[in-house]
Amino acid sequence: MSAIRRRKPINESDKTSEASDSKPQKEKEEEQHGDDDGSDKDKKKIPSKIKKKHEKKPPKWSCLDSCCWFIGCICVTWWLLLFLYNAMPASFPQYVTEAITGPLPDPPGVKLKKEGLKAKHPVVFVPGIVTGGLELWEGRKCAEGLFRKRFWGGTFGEVYKRPLCWVEHMSLDNETGLDPCGIRVRPVSGLVAADYFAPGYFVWAVLIANLARIGYEEKTMYMAAYDWRLSFQNTEVRDQTLSRIKSNIELMVATNGGKKAVVIPHSMGVLYFLHFMKWVEAPAPMGGGGGPYWCSKHIKAVVSIGGPFLGVPKAIAGLFSAEAKDIAVVRAIAPGILDNDIFQLQTLQHVMRMSRSWDSTMSMIPRGGDTIWGGLDWSPEEGYSCAKKRETKNETQIAEEAGFESAVSQTRSAKYGKIISFGKDVAEAPSSDIERIDFRDAVKGRSAANTTCRDVWTEYHDMGFGGINAVAEYKTFTAESIVDLLHFVAPKMMARGTAHFSYGIADNLDDPKYKHYKYWSNPLETKLPNAPEMEIFSLYGVGLPTERAYIYKLSPAAECYIPFQIDTSADDEETCLKDGVYSVDGDETVPVLSAGFMCAKGWRGKTRFNPSGIRTYIREYSHSPPANLLEGRGTLSGAHVDIMGNFALIEDVIRIAAGASGEELGGDQVYSNVFNWSEKIDLQL
Amino acid sequence: MASILRFRKLCYVEPAVKCSSVGFESFDQSPKIDQKLDKKEEEVISANNFALEINKKRKQPRRQPKEWRRLDSCCWMIGYLCSTWWLLLFLCHSLPVTLLQVPESPGFRLKREGLAALHPVVLVPGIVTGGLELWEGQPCADGLFRKRLWVGSFTEIFKRPLCCLEHLSLHSETGLDPPGIRVRAVPGLVAADYFAPEYFVWAVLIENLAKIGYEGKNLHMAAYDWRLSFQNTEIRDHALSRLKSKIELMYLTNGYKKVVVVPHSMGVIYFLHFLKWVETPPPMGGGGGPGWCAKHIKAIMNIGPAFLGVPKAVSNIFSAEGKDIAYIRAMAPGVLDSKILGHQTLEHVMRVSRTWDSIVSLVPKGGETIWGNMDWSPEEGHACDFSRKRHSQPSPIDNNVNNSDVKRGFQVKDPVKYGRIISFGRAASQLHSSQLPTVDSKEFLQTSASPNLNFSCGEAWTEYDEMSREGIQKVAANKAYTTQTLLDLLRFVAPKMMQRAEAHFSHGIADDLDDPKYNHYKYWSNPLEMKLPDAPDMEIYCLYGVGIPTERSYVYKLSPTSGCKSIPYLIDSSVNGEDGSCLKGGVYFADGDESVPVLSAGFMCAKGWRGRTRFNPSGIATYIREYRHKPPSSLLEGRGIESGAHVDIMGNVALIEDILRIAAGATGKEIRGDRISSDILRMSERINLKIKQGQK
Repeated sequence: MSAIRRRKPINESDKTSEASDSKPQKEKEEEQHGDDDGSDKDKKKIPSKIKKKHEKKPPKWSCLDSCCWFIGCICVTWWLLLFLYNAMPASFPQYVTEAITGPLPDPPGVKLKKEGLKAKHPVVFVPGIVTGGLELWEGRKCAEGLFRKRFWGGTFGEVYKRPLCWVEHMSLDNETGLDPCGIRVRPVSGLVAADYFAPGYFVWAVLIANLARIGYEEKTMYMAAYDWRLSFQNTEVRDQTLSRIKSNIELMVATNGGKKAVVIPHSMGVLYFLHFMKWVEAPAPMGGGGGPYWCSKHIKAVVSIGGPFLGVPKAIAGLFSAEAKDIAVVRAIAPGILDNDIFQLQTLQHVMRMSRSWDSTMSMIPRGGDTIWGGLDWSPEEGYSCAKKRETKNETQIAEEAGFESAVSQTRSAKYGKIISFGKDVAEAPSSDIERIDFRDAVKGRSAANTTCRDVWTEYHDMGFGGINAVAEYKTFTAESIVDLLHFVAPKMMARGTAHFSYGIADNLDDPKYKHYKYWSNPLETKLPNAPEMEIFSLYGVGLPTERAYIYKLSPAAECYIPFQIDTSADDEETCLKDGVYSVDGDETVPVLSAGFMCAKGWRGKTRFNPSGIRTYIREYSHSPPANLLEGRGTLSGAHVDIMGNFALIEDVIRIAAGASGEELGGDQVYSNVFNWSEKIDLQL
Repeated sequence: MASILRFRKLCYVEPAVKCSSVGFESFDQSPKIDQKLDKKEEEVISANNFALEINKKRKQPRRQPKEWRRLDSCCWMIGYLCSTWWLLLFLCHSLPVTLLQVPESPGFRLKREGLAALHPVVLVPGIVTGGLELWEGQPCADGLFRKRLWVGSFTEIFKRPLCCLEHLSLHSETGLDPPGIRVRAVPGLVAADYFAPEYFVWAVLIENLAKIGYEGKNLHMAAYDWRLSFQNTEIRDHALSRLKSKIELMYLTNGYKKVVVVPHSMGVIYFLHFLKWVETPPPMGGGGGPGWCAKHIKAIMNIGPAFLGVPKAVSNIFSAEGKDIAYIRAMAPGVLDSKILGHQTLEHVMRVSRTWDSIVSLVPKGGETIWGNMDWSPEEGHACDFSRKRHSQPSPIDNNVNNSDVKRGFQVKDPVKYGRIISFGRAASQLHSSQLPTVDSKEFLQTSASPNLNFSCGEAWTEYDEMSREGIQKVAANKAYTTQTLLDLLRFVAPKMMQRAEAHFSHGIADDLDDPKYNHYKYWSNPLEMKLPDAPDMEIYCLYGVGIPTERSYVYKLSPTSGCKSIPYLIDSSVNGEDGSCLKGGVYFADGDESVPVLSAGFMCAKGWRGRTRFNPSGIATYIREYRHKPPSSLLEGRGIESGAHVDIMGNVALIEDILRIAAGATGKEIRGDRISSDILRMSERINLKIKQGQK
């Protein structure tokens, strides 16, 4: 009221005396104000008291109060927005999206339900590395109160709160690859294990939701969650995970009227499931004792999504210097950030120490050596040109070869075979020009007593300068020599790893030594089970640059440090070299070669790896980025994890689960040159 | 120093920098300041303050003071509160966890004693505590896919109550899913560890088990949809098959160690059902063969077992109210009838809960033989002075004293007639049976129910709407009901529900257990109509709290509201006994754990199964472990570590210790057999039930 009353006189004075200065006006205003006060006092005593207080303590409204006021304002608006958001109908965002981009296509679940598809075969999900949740069951003092809280996945709140404690609990024992004493971190079980990796970042959730649309529920879906840090056989030794999977598949097949299961592994889960298939048919002490026909009795199809059958080069960079493309870029842009922030210095070393205690990372080292990944002077992907990446939407089976050949002749091609090279010139030079000094016999000089390095221990400290230089002198490494290299730089880890994994190619698969479990997860050293009715699908994205080879340099920093790092200064448009990384076609993590080769050639028809002639199909999904921000991670994505939200892929999976065979799906669907490249690989079949 | 002072002076004189003045003022108050400079400074300060004051006064008349009005003060207040709140929150988070250390947990202590995980453990949750999530729903439940509808934060129930209730109810004919809706049990340990945030159910027990080495591979939560009848959980979800396969797997992978099963509340009778199911041949059962239980199960540790049902279930079905709701209604009539769900809360609740078959499994079993008739009940002479009993030590000597006390009281007072589970009017609950008008309960089954053509009743439909007014009157005219006649009553007031549920549950006592009709699954969950499996090495424990008044029978009245305000009966909460009487707010109380009376929890272990009886042909050992309730001594203790209440007992240290010891391999003898502080043995003695084979 008073405000209104005050206004009026001003306006009047404005009208009447426009020429007068501001002073009289103000006086008038003050008078008016005083009058107001007086009248207020007459009417009510209480408000006047308040006013008095205000007048008495004018300094109260100072900086602190303004702060408080500010916070209050923000809080109120925030609550208001929150309230509005919560009161908003759930379909609102979709409505907005539709208003902007036009009607969305039905999610595949809805579409296929209209077609009359129903839940038929029970479905088993096998999550990959990193995406599965882990929770604490027993911990040290510093992790008190975190019992059964998520340590991995979810919000990662603990990482920020007590980073060192977290690293300690996430690491495994250096010698055994099992729990350190007094610490038990276990996989989360159930569908929640890997539906979302972080809040809002789906992994399996979209697929689950769409399967539920056609009638799937808990009794017909099973998430085979396992501790992805352990080597595959150790998951059975410690948690009996493989036995649980076996028992669950048996149960689901029995309770669903004998319908066989459709298994959907993703990423490393593909290798894990390969291991499972061998394990389950192997006799009891080492295997599951399911007998030779277990797989053919219980499994209809293995639908692997983004499967790194032959490993991924990324794993090498991870093990060698704890960095991948992303980290390398961060380091280049802001040197120092990674080195001294979160963990009070030496983030990378901590990460390295932790991840080196995980045996499972070694399952991803490229397998098959030079035969598959190429030697010093050749590689199967030779001639791949990054400029040609936009050759998409080609419904024909194989890309036109003519155009492809011409591209080869025009451009220099990257020598992908050299997975690690020291210096760009080395990476490009033909093999005859490189002088190499063998590192294998190099003496590892003992390092100067490294007390300054705090508690961060990595095996590099044991190598000394001699060893480091020897590695750099060797100049370049192919897939085969990389295994030796890792043996040299990380002897303990590799000693553990080679007891559980193998990276070679079998000459004679009937050799009794291949009965050992360390060969089970390598598709080049195992036979598929005898299950002629089974089908193997390989579903993966293409059209994204994927790390394939690296250019390294010696680290300039002092001895307390990882001595090698990716040379981010190396760039070359023509040969797909960017920031020290040669990239090739793939889904951002797994190169096409690794995901597709086995299904394109290694297992196609009756081969020695596939004696019963299990049918294989390749389904590629060409990547196209989301059209706008509202779409989130896109429904046409081909990236390694985002592909789980790709509508075309989901539709394929649902059709298979509802009973369709590979032929009914339309057989192969290929956009990349995987058949071409497989051709070039000279492998006895 | 001087330079600093000068700097300060500058600051003070500079009037624009208000902030710095505040900062320095506070600094000045710190005791570190040199004594010598004090005087000078004071002068400076006063001078500066003066300057400041003048300055402010000069500014004040301008817009400034006007703008700091209501809204701003509000903002300021909120901001102030928020920041203090955050500060406190931050402090709370950064506090070391050890500061609020509760007494050492039993798991930790036993670990130091050297106990380690040995037998795999299966937890079977009870009614209501298990989580339910949505898998398929109507459009109103958009965006709730795989979100919890039941248990957890219950936010959805408040946001869209009608929608939620619609999804939680089952089909009224089949007792299964309504078309287009699929609500399923949450699997895994998360299903029932916490009922609401911070309100633990199993969490404490799980944590203690983990201390001695349990983890996912040897600890399993047998979550099931508690709304369904037990056999239907198998038909719809294969819940029993999953449980069987899980137990077999754990037995196998843990070095052929038998399983310890820990069911709670209704889970107890669910597991009884499982025991029979698993050994029955396939089409109806699980086909595990006759030795399955003996081979796979070491012990069943029933917590708060509702073997013979709970009277609470009756009032729930009859008028959708328990003790608590009756109180609320008495205090604030109208609240329940008009608020949350757009009128008729109770009617909605009743409609939904009547579609849940499982509630019928909790209706008292065994009829008058167990629960007493018009003039007699096994608890007769129970003294209700709980305040005295509560603090007495549970030792046998004390027990005797109590008993004699009870006897003395018994002679003086007119005994409470617990046998009449429902009576209309206080008089009817106390008079001798000969003084009551006897109406044959069967009679009103014949009265034709002419439908009340009441279309004004809104959409909350309960079966009462279909009952005729005469029918309602007739029910009330009968005055008192015992367990036997109660079933007829329920059949009358809730015909559809009882018809559905009685195909799945039975509430009688078997005369001849070898009668082939007892092979049907509807008898499996009634301990008085089934034989325990042939597993002489198995052990059965009854663990329950005592010392809390527990609902045992009710005084009802006809609802004053007319016509379509639906539920025609109400608990008469105005009826109160004198001090020390068991009657309070229209409810007669007996000893128990707040939900389950001692009789229901203990009788089977105390008498029905003790030794070799016809219900227990192989002579499975039974043990009773009672835990006398002690309320938490301080607020910090939360829900208490010595509680005996139905759910809170899961945090009772003594109970946890017992379970841990058994799971780690001890036998009943090793934890010193029975531990009894109530009158359960005397009560069961009074029950005249044929338990020996061939005994008449």
